[in-house]
Amino acid sequence: MIHSKKISSKLGIYCLLIAGVVLSIAPFYWMLVGSSLPSGEIFRLPPKLLPGDYLAKNLQSLNESLGFAKIFWNSLFIALVYTLVSTLISSMAGYAFAKFKFKGKNLFFFIILCTLMIPSQVTLIPLFEMMVTFNWLNTYQAIILPTLASPFAIYLMRQNMKSVPDSIIEASRVDGAGELKIFFTVILPVTRPAMAAVAIFLFMSQWNSLLWPLITLNSKEMFTLPVALSSLIGMARIDYGQLMLGTTLSTIPIMIFFLLLQKHFISGILGGAVKE
Amino acid sequence: MEQTEKVVNTKTNFQVKSRKSLLTPKNVPYVFIAPAFLLILIFTVYPVISSFILSFQEVRGLEKSFVGFANYSRLFQDPVFYKSLLNTFQILIVQVPIMLFLSLLIAVGLHSSMLKGKAFFRISYFMPAITALVAASIVFMILLDEHFGLVNYLLSFVGIEPIPWLTTPFWAKVSVILVMTWRWTGYNMVIFLAGLQNIPSELYEAASIDGASKVKQFFMITIPQLKPVFIFTVVLSTIGTLQLFDEPFILTQGGPNNATMTITLYLYEAGFKFFDFGYASAIAYVLVIITAIISWVQMKLVGDE
Repeated sequence: MIHSKKISSKLGIYCLLIAGVVLSIAPFYWMLVGSSLPSGEIFRLPPKLLPGDYLAKNLQSLNESLGFAKIFWNSLFIALVYTLVSTLISSMAGYAFAKFKFKGKNLFFFIILCTLMIPSQVTLIPLFEMMVTFNWLNTYQAIILPTLASPFAIYLMRQNMKSVPDSIIEASRVDGAGELKIFFTVILPVTRPAMAAVAIFLFMSQWNSLLWPLITLNSKEMFTLPVALSSLIGMARIDYGQLMLGTTLSTIPIMIFFLLLQKHFISGILGGAVKE
Repeated sequence: MEQTEKVVNTKTNFQVKSRKSLLTPKNVPYVFIAPAFLLILIFTVYPVISSFILSFQEVRGLEKSFVGFANYSRLFQDPVFYKSLLNTFQILIVQVPIMLFLSLLIAVGLHSSMLKGKAFFRISYFMPAITALVAASIVFMILLDEHFGLVNYLLSFVGIEPIPWLTTPFWAKVSVILVMTWRWTGYNMVIFLAGLQNIPSELYEAASIDGASKVKQFFMITIPQLKPVFIFTVVLSTIGTLQLFDEPFILTQGGPNNATMTITLYLYEAGFKFFDFGYASAIAYVLVIITAIISWVQMKLVGDE
């Protein structure tokens, strides 16, 4: 009796959990199917549950109305450059804060922590004025530079660099290695998992970012994916097939990366909040 | 003390061995923090100060003039601003508890029952957290269409009349909450799951020996042990919700009748639709103050521990 009660309660939990999985995943499936249907079919009831044959047509019209290849490239280029440079400079700063004693260290670190607490919205207006002054509207650097030094990434790298033993740094110095060499050949290799998590975090935040690009980009050929998608909604007649395909294409690359690297990914997106 | 000695030691080593390098142990930390720190000074510290000054100014084209507290006093008489505050807090108070409850429920379900395929569940539940908020909002905008959306179609099978999800003030807020919950539940669930895995199993074993029931164990061990994780997720979700923008911007553009206008959305409209920079800066500073107060309260709550 007790045994069967246990099994049925386990079965109940299973069913609820699977229902939750369906709710989490179904919108993705719906998005995939929708991207292969013409606009009208997406709103047909009962809904189509299998992909149609309109994928190529949607892709063509998406490319015509937005220049989608260029927009995809913009997003990819911005996110990659941003991730690489930001990971590097936050690792450098994190290393200095974790492993050196120097005058003003506490003040510098305090300022960085303060910027971590302030909502970024407060910088929008002056940053926009700055971009206008520099004549940087509709440029890559306008998107990349303002958030390039991420206080959060610096903080995380500092925490991770702290656990690198002083002795291996000492040993390299005794061997006559220069400071740069120590950083690149000793420190970075041992903190690779933390760097990967930080890089994924930074990439995702840039790839998905809407508000700042929306403010600085107004010419179509410079749009990033989120801005381009939001511009499709603003149109007088929304082509839903296009919209679904654009949404799919902006999600699929991330999804593939996620499925390949899921452990790194989860700890990256959680910003190192969870140790895997 | 130990550390200073080490630094001194390395300095002598260094000077002997590589004289040519421009980097010395003395200047190397400055060189290493310089890129990040300069960027933060230019693109964060300066704008934060500049925005504060702007909030006391009126901007007309290229002309700026000081107007004292005029922006703030206008703000406190602005019904739309009050509405955006109210909406943000209504969404916060309803959404965060529902989401965290669901996250905890799923995490406990996954953790407790020795399920097969835990990894599969974890990946599936986390999937929404990798999508752009824009993408999630677009998909839900279509799913929630009043006449042809899948959600109302499915609801019709259980006899529910079509719900005007995006076109009436009440349901528009519900829609925003729905999208946020879909997007973030798995994210928080994974945080809870990690928290659950960190609870020492001896605690449960001891409780079982003492004859405590599963339910009692949950309330006497699981909940208190999870408290720090819980506070962490509450702080994170609260700050995120205070800055809510993408979902209402895509789903409803703040409508209908400003029912989904949020603080950040209103700031965006004041700043970049009406180019009222002084006014927008005042909104931004109110957001800073609200965030500071809430963070302070939450820190006090943690501090009591």
